[in-house]
Amino acid sequence: MKVLVPVKRVVDYNIKPRVAADGSGVETQGVKMSMNPFDEIALEEALRLREKNQADEVIAVTIGPQVAQDVLRTAMAMGADRAILIRTDAEIEPRVVANLLKVIVERENPGIVSMGKQAIDDDMNATGQMLAAKLGWPQGTFASQVTVADSKVEVAREVDGGTEVLSLSLPAVITADLRLNEPRYATLPNIMKARKKPLETIEADSLGVDLTSHLKLVSVAEPPERTAGVIVETVEELVEKLKTEAKVI
Amino acid sequence: MTALVLIESEHGKIRQASRSALAAAAQFGDVDAIILGNEGIDAAAKLAGVRKILHVPALKSALAEPTAALLASLSSSYSHILSAASSMGKNILPRLAGLLDVQPISDVVKINDEATFVRPIYAGNALATVQSSDTVKVLTVRGSSFDPVAEEGGSASVEVLEAPAEDGKSSFLRLEQTESDRPELEVARVVISGGKGLKDESNFHSLLEPVADKLGAAIGASRAAVDSGFAPNEMQVGQTGKIVAPELYIAVGLSGAIQHLAGMKDSRVIVAVNLDPDAPIFKVADYGIVGDLFEVLPALEKAL
Ligand SMILES: Cc1cc2nc3c(=O)[nH]c(=O)nc-3n(C[C@H](O)[C@H](O)[C@H](O)COP(=O)(O)OP(=O)(O)OC[C@H]3O[C@@H](n4cnc5c(N)ncnc54)[C@H](O)[C@@H]3O)c2cc1C
Ligand SMILES: Nc1ncnc2c1ncn2[C@@H]1O[C@H](COP(=O)(O)O)[C@@H](O)[C@H]1O
Repeated sequence: MKVLVPVKRVVDYNIKPRVAADGSGVETQGVKMSMNPFDEIALEEALRLREKNQADEVIAVTIGPQVAQDVLRTAMAMGADRAILIRTDAEIEPRVVANLLKVIVERENPGIVSMGKQAIDDDMNATGQMLAAKLGWPQGTFASQVTVADSKVEVAREVDGGTEVLSLSLPAVITADLRLNEPRYATLPNIMKARKKPLETIEADSLGVDLTSHLKLVSVAEPPERTAGVIVETVEELVEKLKTEAKVI
Repeated sequence: MTALVLIESEHGKIRQASRSALAAAAQFGDVDAIILGNEGIDAAAKLAGVRKILHVPALKSALAEPTAALLASLSSSYSHILSAASSMGKNILPRLAGLLDVQPISDVVKINDEATFVRPIYAGNALATVQSSDTVKVLTVRGSSFDPVAEEGGSASVEVLEAPAEDGKSSFLRLEQTESDRPELEVARVVISGGKGLKDESNFHSLLEPVADKLGAAIGASRAAVDSGFAPNEMQVGQTGKIVAPELYIAVGLSGAIQHLAGMKDSRVIVAVNLDPDAPIFKVADYGIVGDLFEVLPALEKAL
């Protein structure tokens, strides 16, 4: 069974994003970019399936500009066998990402698409569910545990009320939550080896998918700033202020 | 224009986040609500401002596959389909959007007009205004951003719907729940959250609970506290946990990483207790105590 892992190149999670002065978006020029943290987890899970002999090939795929191949090299350094760059300079919304991924899924026929539950730039949390819908596959979103057995996968999901467990027939789409695993680091020898692994580039506009967005970004603004308040010396002073000044207790 | 809202019940009542989604939907025109399973139907029929309740008894485990298929079959009657930005809404609505080939809009915090919405991006470090050209708009909305509709006052008609035939590709096995008598995190007036600084699970309980009891507060946790096993996952507050905006948020022994702030910085009053005077949480706190939580929490319990 193949496992396909869509990975996105995003502003590193340690960087505090800055809104561009003209309100057109968030500054990405000269900012450290990394693989979306949830996608590292999704990739780690795929690698573990291969290590347990439940998968035989792990393929990383990204949709983005030429530089997005960085995250594919990282994915291969972590252990992915090969990678596909679907190249475009256009801003691609999750709906279009799902449509493009569908074409790749139909070509590669994976048993599992293992992806992040959300990209930490757009925070949309939608692409996996949309892809599953378009493929007519079952979905196991926000996964904190994945067990494959007998052409089925059992997925424990983090939900508002606790943990829900589903059984899905394969093929299926799984989206990773933070507690699914701890992703490994790419070691230097593996980074070297990854340079020789196959990276295929496909032009996004050659796949017969309409790349235009249905959702237009009108503007981006800073959220209202909170200002630091006061440091109080004692618990009594705190309680007093909460009662008489803030009037919350 | 008519909106359809997927609503959720808990202990026979309609969840507040769903009532907030109904309030958001009312900005578009008439509102119908759809509810799955057999709980909360009476409560749903009394909700203020709802025209019709669509009741789907068969879909009680709310699997995404049949639910999205059913919503898709109803979509031609609606201009907007909404739900709370809950784990259920976020599971089902994007799948519906996938079936309809529309771009869903997650975590809406403000509605400018029927097609223009504001939503946070980058863990709430920016607010994006977006405009949809889809004929059916699929949205999840943040409960804390819309005042919920009243629980009483309406008299909606109830129509029972058949569920579409299941394809057998997914099945519900079980739900593992942590029972608690405390108020629900997302709707509590006061929230007290603990972080890694509590050091272990037993401290987490023995130090936070007495203060929470005095304040009638819900208890939350940072990711590090959840990862370390101090608290179950559903208590996590933040970018990937719950979004809360209580009257009072007390952050204890947590540093205030941007991913945590994403879940609580819209609280009205924030209190922070931390040993480290440079902890980022103090940058958003209205009142801070620089000190050892092992001394501050027992003292706070006494002072309340
Ligand atoms: C993609 C992604 C998503 C994430 N989503 C979330 C999320 O939803 N929610 C979330 O919380 N985090 C999230 N995180 C993790 C986040 O980045 C931080 O790692 C996490 O919030 C840290 O938890 P903490 O503050 O409890 O621990 P730490 O950062 O370790 O802070 C512990 C604090 O306790 C203080 N302390 C220690 N001892 C005492 C004492 N005796 N008295 C008083 N203070 C003391 C220390 O000074 C320190 O400030 C996410 C990370 C990523 C990459
Ligand atoms: N441009 C992209 N290239 C590859 N994968 C993507 C891309 N955008 C989104 N994804 C995948 O979809 C997941 C959810 O993204 P989103 O729906 O945008 O929050 C991510 O964690 C990735 O696994």
